[in-house]
Amino acid sequence: MGHSEEFQKLEGKIFTKSFFILLSVVLLGFYFVGVRYVKGIGAVSNMSDGYPWGIWITYDVATGTAIACGGYAVAILVYIRNRMQYHPMIRSAILTSMFGYGLAGFSVMVDLGRPWNAYNFFIPSKWQANSAMFEVALCVMAYSTVLILEFLPAILTSIEKSKWDRMNAIRNWLHPKIAPDKKTMEDKLEMVRLGAAWLNPRLNKVLIFFIVLGITLPTMHQSSLGSLLLIASTKLHPLWHTGFLPLLFLLNCVFIGYSIAILESIISSYSFKRPFEIEELSGLAGLIPFVTVIWLTVVIGDLSYRGQIHAALKGDFYSGWFMTEFLLVAGGSLILFFKKCRRSARWLFISASMIVLGGALYRFNVYLIGFNPGQGWKYFPSFAEVMITVGIVALEILGYKVFVALFPVLPNMDLHGGHKKKGHAKKHKGAEKPLPQTEAHAH
Amino acid sequence: MKKTSRRDFLKLAGATGAGLLACGAGNALANEGLQVNNEELGMLYDATKCVGCKACMSACKRVNSDYGSLSYEKAKFDEDGLWDAPSDLSGSTRTLIKLFKESEKRWSYVKYSCMHCQKPSCVSVCPVSAMTKEKISGIVDYNKNTCIGCRYCQIACPYNIPKFQWEKAVPQIVKCDLCKATNLREKGITACAETCPAGAIKFGKRKDLLEEAHQRLKDAPDKYVAHVYGEHEGGGTNHLYLASMPFNKLGLPEIKPEAPAEFSEKIQHTIYKGFIAPVALYSTLCFIAVKNMKKHQGHDDDHKKGDK
Ligand code: SF4
Ligand code: SF4
Repeated sequence: MGHSEEFQKLEGKIFTKSFFILLSVVLLGFYFVGVRYVKGIGAVSNMSDGYPWGIWITYDVATGTAIACGGYAVAILVYIRNRMQYHPMIRSAILTSMFGYGLAGFSVMVDLGRPWNAYNFFIPSKWQANSAMFEVALCVMAYSTVLILEFLPAILTSIEKSKWDRMNAIRNWLHPKIAPDKKTMEDKLEMVRLGAAWLNPRLNKVLIFFIVLGITLPTMHQSSLGSLLLIASTKLHPLWHTGFLPLLFLLNCVFIGYSIAILESIISSYSFKRPFEIEELSGLAGLIPFVTVIWLTVVIGDLSYRGQIHAALKGDFYSGWFMTEFLLVAGGSLILFFKKCRRSARWLFISASMIVLGGALYRFNVYLIGFNPGQGWKYFPSFAEVMITVGIVALEILGYKVFVALFPVLPNMDLHGGHKKKGHAKKHKGAEKPLPQTEAHAH
Repeated sequence: MKKTSRRDFLKLAGATGAGLLACGAGNALANEGLQVNNEELGMLYDATKCVGCKACMSACKRVNSDYGSLSYEKAKFDEDGLWDAPSDLSGSTRTLIKLFKESEKRWSYVKYSCMHCQKPSCVSVCPVSAMTKEKISGIVDYNKNTCIGCRYCQIACPYNIPKFQWEKAVPQIVKCDLCKATNLREKGITACAETCPAGAIKFGKRKDLLEEAHQRLKDAPDKYVAHVYGEHEGGGTNHLYLASMPFNKLGLPEIKPEAPAEFSEKIQHTIYKGFIAPVALYSTLCFIAVKNMKKHQGHDDDHKKGDK
């Protein structure tokens, strides 16, 4: 599927001011990671035996992977619901997913007390299928691999097309004595290029099976992220402890995924000064309320079934957090019911942010805020603990910036405009009416 | 026509998936009831007999310090290092005596250590089988050589028993294993029960301990709260308690008779039974995606032909 021309590299410098700011945040975070390995987890974090999971698990793993569900949500749309007009969005969505999951994996390694024993996940006699965490761990590892495979075509294409300017520049810069012979180096690079050219079409042929795997795996582990807390029946507040946790987490990651895809597209259009893809975005936005309404219904239905509605309205600490989470999601969805708002980048941004915040807060509520191990335990993250998480997020943004400059990730603007003229979009559009070309690029 | 049927199919597939997750929730409510094995080993702690000498605590540390990675703890007030003063169970302390004071006249000692549950949450959640329950003795044991330090056992245990060594670069989980590798193996009894000078800790099989506990309740009903803590809590525990004060005041949480692990496992099993659901999901999605792609490709080719 010759989709490569659909995407383009971002022109411009990599080493900008923001690059170095981000880099220093990353370095500070990694300094604390170093401290953690030398002095133990207690030296950098406020976690305790009562709150053995802090923000590393709650944010980086439980929430971060939901935010990284853009790739999952867009893949469902493109490949399963056959809306090919969203295909231009997929690479940047997959790239963020790749970073999101990769860094979740990284923070798990920081968080685990005995990471050197993690090989036990691959030893069948140690498998423990009753454990939701076992399921999450295997799925997340498999999914990260799949994401890399899904992204590989972008890398291979740019190797194929590369003129190796940078490599040659480095060679010329080196002292002639240590620099490799020009001829041999060119030969070797040619080999790499040929290899890439050989692999690329073959990978493309089987890619669809990996893509589908990339839809199955998140379905499994996102629901299991909810199952993780099923066991804590005495510690998790009844507002959140329910047998529906897996279902709620699954729906939650889908609407967060779509909202993040919208946010990401708006933000990158804004910061890279490209036109807004309002056409795709409004279509995407039209889907979100379906998912959120189901989610909100399950939440309310379950609360009333378990007779906990009064707890939600009590006005205490827990009900306050619950209401915030609930109203953010409900309010954000309400905005999207208005067609006019779905057509405006500003309203899309507001509503998508509300939904992401509300959805993320739900996960915080389940993992931390609604979690009460008993009297005498308190948790609030320490500075170093927060800095490790911030450093990891900064690394994510940094990686994204470098990747979009090095590889064809963002939608190709010229083709993208012309894309619709070819009539692809119209055919698969279904219910949504295509917007006149001029309006789409009005911004 | 074709398009509608595919959409219906999708809806069906989606509904089945959601139904499955919902089913898990429903199933969990139907309790099958778990088998209690009264032949397992346990201890009966009688708070009314305990004199608070803490001999059990020091015996535990003496016997298990190497094998169980225990150490003496310095309290904040203790600048000269004259006490072993743990304020709670911790990464250095497996068992602890506390004193609950309701008034100057009414107080009670209480001992904390692993309850050795009949259906232990910690075993149910450990992803790499580092927590295990021995078949015959019923001892809930921990193996630091497989533990990855994820601390899920701490989240899961309703009694907050497993403790983590937060201050160490090479940490581990610390919890009572009934002296399995130390005193129990050498002398056939736990160090705390062996040492207790007041006979407050009785070691034995669960059935004997239960019988004894109920006998004591019958003999002196005024002395005790009429309840053997651990008989039914969380599916039953092998460490049992008798006391003269409400157990929740002594820091022993009120826990429903259903084991928390039963609830969660049932949901997990409904979803993942025989791995059928994930495989079915994958193949259905593959089918749809390949079909979509073919359609699209045909469409693309048409275009190219048309363009030229
Ligand atoms: S008391 Fe806690 S640590 Fe001990 S067996 Fe039960 S669940 Fe496991
Ligand atoms: S901390 Fe160790 S023993 Fe506890 S659940 Fe994790 S791997 Fe198992």
